[in-house]
Amino acid sequence: MKLPDFDYHSPTSLDEAITLMATPNARVLAGGQSLLPIMAFRLAAPSALVDLRKIKGLDKIEITQDAIHLGPMVRWRDVERHEGLAAALPLLTQAMEHVAHYQIRNRGTVGGSLAHADPAAEFPGIAVTCDARIHLAGANGKRVVAAGDLFVGPLETCLQDGEIITSIELPRWPQARRWAFEEFSQRRGDFALAGIALFYDLDGERRAQNVHIGVIGATDRPRRLPGAEAALNGQALSDEVIAKACAAACAEVDPPTDIHGSAEYRRSLVGTLLQRALVKASS
Amino acid sequence: MSVQFVVNGRKVEVDPPARMTLADCLRQQVKLTGTHVGCEHGVCGACTVIVDGEAMRSCLMLAAQADGATIMTIEGLSSDAELTPLQLAFKKNHGLQCGFCTPGVLMTLHALLTQEPYASEERIRDVLSGNLCRCTGYIPIIESALEARAAYQDQARSAQA
Amino acid sequence: MRTVNTYIGSPVERVEDYRFLRGEGQYVGDLVREGQWHAAFVRSPVGHGVIRNIDCSAALAWPGVKAVLTAADIEGEIPKIPFRRPNPTIGPYAQPIIASGKVRYFGEPVAVILAESAEIAEDALAAIVLDIEQLPAAIDRQTCMSDKVVLFDHPGSNIATVFHANKGEVDAAFAAADVTVRGQFSTQRQTALPMETRGLLAEWDPKSNHLTVYGAAKLPFFNRKTMADLMGLPETAVDYIEVDVGGGFGARGEFYPEDFLVAFAARKFHKPIRWIEDRREHLTAIGHSREAECDVELAFSKDGTLLGMRGDLFVNVGAYVRPNGMTPVRNAAQFMSGPYRIPAIHLQAHAYVSNKTPAGTYRGPGRYEGSFFIERLMDLGAARLGMDRLALRRRNLVTDAEMPYPLAPVLPSDGRAETNCDSGDYRVCFDKCLEEFGWAQKAEFDGKLIDGRYHGLGIACFIEGGASGPSETARMEIEADGSVAVYAGSSAIGQGLETVLSQIAADALEISIDRIKLYHGSTTYLKEGWGSYGSRATVMGGSAVIDAATKLLEAFKVAAASRLKLDPSELTIVDGVARAKDGRSVPFDEVASMEIKADGRFDNWKPTYSYGTSAVHLAVDPGTGHVDVIDYTIVDDVGRIINPLTLHGQVTGAVVQGFGSAFSEELVYDADGTLLVGSLADYLIPVATDYPHVHCVSMESFPSPINPLGAKGAGEGGIISVGGAVANAVASALRDFGVQPSRMPLNPQRVWELIQDGKKALAST
Repeated sequence: MKLPDFDYHSPTSLDEAITLMATPNARVLAGGQSLLPIMAFRLAAPSALVDLRKIKGLDKIEITQDAIHLGPMVRWRDVERHEGLAAALPLLTQAMEHVAHYQIRNRGTVGGSLAHADPAAEFPGIAVTCDARIHLAGANGKRVVAAGDLFVGPLETCLQDGEIITSIELPRWPQARRWAFEEFSQRRGDFALAGIALFYDLDGERRAQNVHIGVIGATDRPRRLPGAEAALNGQALSDEVIAKACAAACAEVDPPTDIHGSAEYRRSLVGTLLQRALVKASS
Repeated sequence: MSVQFVVNGRKVEVDPPARMTLADCLRQQVKLTGTHVGCEHGVCGACTVIVDGEAMRSCLMLAAQADGATIMTIEGLSSDAELTPLQLAFKKNHGLQCGFCTPGVLMTLHALLTQEPYASEERIRDVLSGNLCRCTGYIPIIESALEARAAYQDQARSAQA
Repeated sequence: MRTVNTYIGSPVERVEDYRFLRGEGQYVGDLVREGQWHAAFVRSPVGHGVIRNIDCSAALAWPGVKAVLTAADIEGEIPKIPFRRPNPTIGPYAQPIIASGKVRYFGEPVAVILAESAEIAEDALAAIVLDIEQLPAAIDRQTCMSDKVVLFDHPGSNIATVFHANKGEVDAAFAAADVTVRGQFSTQRQTALPMETRGLLAEWDPKSNHLTVYGAAKLPFFNRKTMADLMGLPETAVDYIEVDVGGGFGARGEFYPEDFLVAFAARKFHKPIRWIEDRREHLTAIGHSREAECDVELAFSKDGTLLGMRGDLFVNVGAYVRPNGMTPVRNAAQFMSGPYRIPAIHLQAHAYVSNKTPAGTYRGPGRYEGSFFIERLMDLGAARLGMDRLALRRRNLVTDAEMPYPLAPVLPSDGRAETNCDSGDYRVCFDKCLEEFGWAQKAEFDGKLIDGRYHGLGIACFIEGGASGPSETARMEIEADGSVAVYAGSSAIGQGLETVLSQIAADALEISIDRIKLYHGSTTYLKEGWGSYGSRATVMGGSAVIDAATKLLEAFKVAAASRLKLDPSELTIVDGVARAKDGRSVPFDEVASMEIKADGRFDNWKPTYSYGTSAVHLAVDPGTGHVDVIDYTIVDDVGRIINPLTLHGQVTGAVVQGFGSAFSEELVYDADGTLLVGSLADYLIPVATDYPHVHCVSMESFPSPINPLGAKGAGEGGIISVGGAVANAVASALRDFGVQPSRMPLNPQRVWELIQDGKKALAST
């Protein structure tokens, strides 16, 4: 399982990287933790890899008044260890424990994860749930897409040829926000059979508002669950309300069947995990 | 392309093809065959080496990406004929059988316990979930790691003092 | 002065570890030869098809490609790989060393590319144009056994063999029964998955017409003979060299098509040929195992006494019968009765071919499957009888007074249909296990819902046939420095052979273990030898070592006596020194120049039978179907413990492998015969976080009477009873839903489905 041949570039500026990315079938190399395995299986054979590692500033975590900015080369371990991040977006930090394994987390990057667009991966699900804005740059200039629009199918994004993710912007959270992340995989570090990321705010009468629920693993791409959100918005979280939301969630997912899990099983897991996440978030 | 890195304290310059992984480069060009390749797709962890102080899968890294790095492989764990406390603990607790996954396991634990000498048993287990072993059932590996942990704690204490 | 050594029985740290812990082990992938070519295999992309054409022209034109071999390059008839245990009906099903005319499984070798690097060889795989007309595939038992799709026109049936296990009058037993219980159960297709994939380096010396194959494991001597026969060479023209081996577990080291093709290429092109299997091809190419079903019935009298067992076993052996492909089938028939006294047995074990990877052995072959079947039936029987499942088992366990206890003979056989359990009282481990596990205390959790999880206890008992015959050899030589070189016919597959045989040798010679140098597993050391399979290396190899040591000491005594001009009977040997009464002495090193050596041998067709019991406490999450193993205790009696450290390692490792069998590992095919499991992210072996709670206790209550050590084979026992114990515990945990697991593995989805089915059944009643 040797890698297919390619040209390797390690530009020192974004402009240079964008120029190199004009090569047909070139791909960005970030952490390589998803790209190199699919190349080893020869499911991808890029003509060139453009390694971002020498471009300064792409591995920064910045927390401003309104937003969190993650450079595409921020690694999982950087997220895990960043104290400010744990306070500003605890959902993200907590989800890290589900991301692959120790050695992978030492190299894998947030940008690479988004570009790889695995429907069972944690970070794309969080980006969608948290209304992340993805900053892109390419030969035709810069643009920003909502995370919800970035993913178009399994391992498929709306990135155009040659475009590079330059930053991920996540809105900051109010202090009192309720949240939870629940995932089920058969073994530690395996891709999720299903996972739920959610948050909501409580109004003065302890009713849920601004409910955001994202699902991974049980859909062809990470997505929100508007039916379940609607069942919760404006409601106090009783067992009955939670049950309704879970039923709505099960009804609105369309899980794939593969060797790791049937559609029916994954659908049920979505309900189970949503229920557990809501209980956790509300307690 | 020319790639330079320091491996086990020794500066080396190699000329790997672009597609050569760090694992293959270490084994074939640097002739350090202690790093084992068990899957070549980033699951088994046998090829784990320490790059700039952090455990990484050398099959998921191009040799080119190691340019300028400082690398430790299993061959660099004990610098002389003596075994380190980590190695001794594995010997004493029968933490290995066929020895194929062992270099990756030791590199993972050395990186972990150097950074986190007070890692809990749960933390150690969690970290080792990225290293597959088919022989031991992991239990003696964990016992070995827990025994070796004390030596890393001593080291951390004396470094502070 | 040294008293008698006691290395045997001591937790001697392994001599292998020093090199392994320093990265100084040498595995086949570490070997490099000047001018070597690298092989890559073109494998069938379909499960079943007719080869119309193989166009290699583009691959041959690929820069760096040296040659491409297909069946057309093999002169004459394509050789088939011989069986280790032949029987009258399996001949036509032997595997050809390369596909010709037809492909019968996904991954079957159809061509070999030889190139200057592994990368280039792999690149060129895409340049081979295969024209294969796909045929319908035979995948499931119904299709295969009905011969709707036939794999071999001659003899035109997919049934390769039916083994019969017969004992007593089974119809009479069932006629006399008060209670019978019948069940259909299945275990899933798996593979051993050693962490090191296979690999070979073959060198041909045209000057001496000699072939050397590096990467030997398990059976170097048998494989040398096979290779010599297939290549038309005398055995003396072939050597198999064993380097460090990254795990065996029954699958690694059998003779595979690649073994021949790599060596064939080395001879044809006069080049060292290197092939390191990649993990994806490993999953399609190395032997699979464990795909078995049964429909079996037990007969009891109303007090719970087992009267008889009858029924059918069905084993999917894949597309061809490999050298040991029949072993799991016959074993399942012979060992399904396990540790229980069953006076009347008739089992038919049907081995059928299919369009899947050919099967072979995997740790505890046939035994794991049979144990799962009967242990489920014992629990169902207890329920039917209204008896406690512990009491039912204990009543039927074979006792010391019944030894040697005959198991059901199996036919057809290679002359050894019969076998007896050698020694033991199977209640001893049973009682000890319940005590160690704390069954009485834990019983209150059984079937209870606690903090959202259903708790259950399960139990299963087993026997482990080991120390397979026929023979093993060893040679010893006194070296110039007074150390003793021990050449063993056994193979090291990662199990600590060097240490264990050194312990035995040091004790037998009464010298320090530091003075033993152990060499093993290569055909250059000994004229004949057998290897490491069927938990045999310690017992068979160790017994041969003892024989060699006895003879070596005699030879040493004679040599020393001649030097001292005394009669040998006037000397005593202590710590490698022959001493006379007058105070004169001769140490080992002084006679080294006299070439003191001895050949040892141990012949025995009778296997040993370790036995034991395991108990498990687990908890089921009904929302996800996930099962958490809270405690697993196994107690076995291995006759005599040579090294408690390595034994404990073997048992613990085997139990955890068993959890992989019970919960997660499965090789899944689609209806066309495509293997859907292509990576280690698909084939789910246990990881470090999965099963931290395994408690192993080994006893030496009843030494084996059939070897000088009193030891019994013990490398596989840990795995045998895991499936039964776990499935019984899941049934016990989910009793509220009437769950009775019959199919393995019990992965989260299947457990969840069992709960859903149970709920539906309850709702409809």
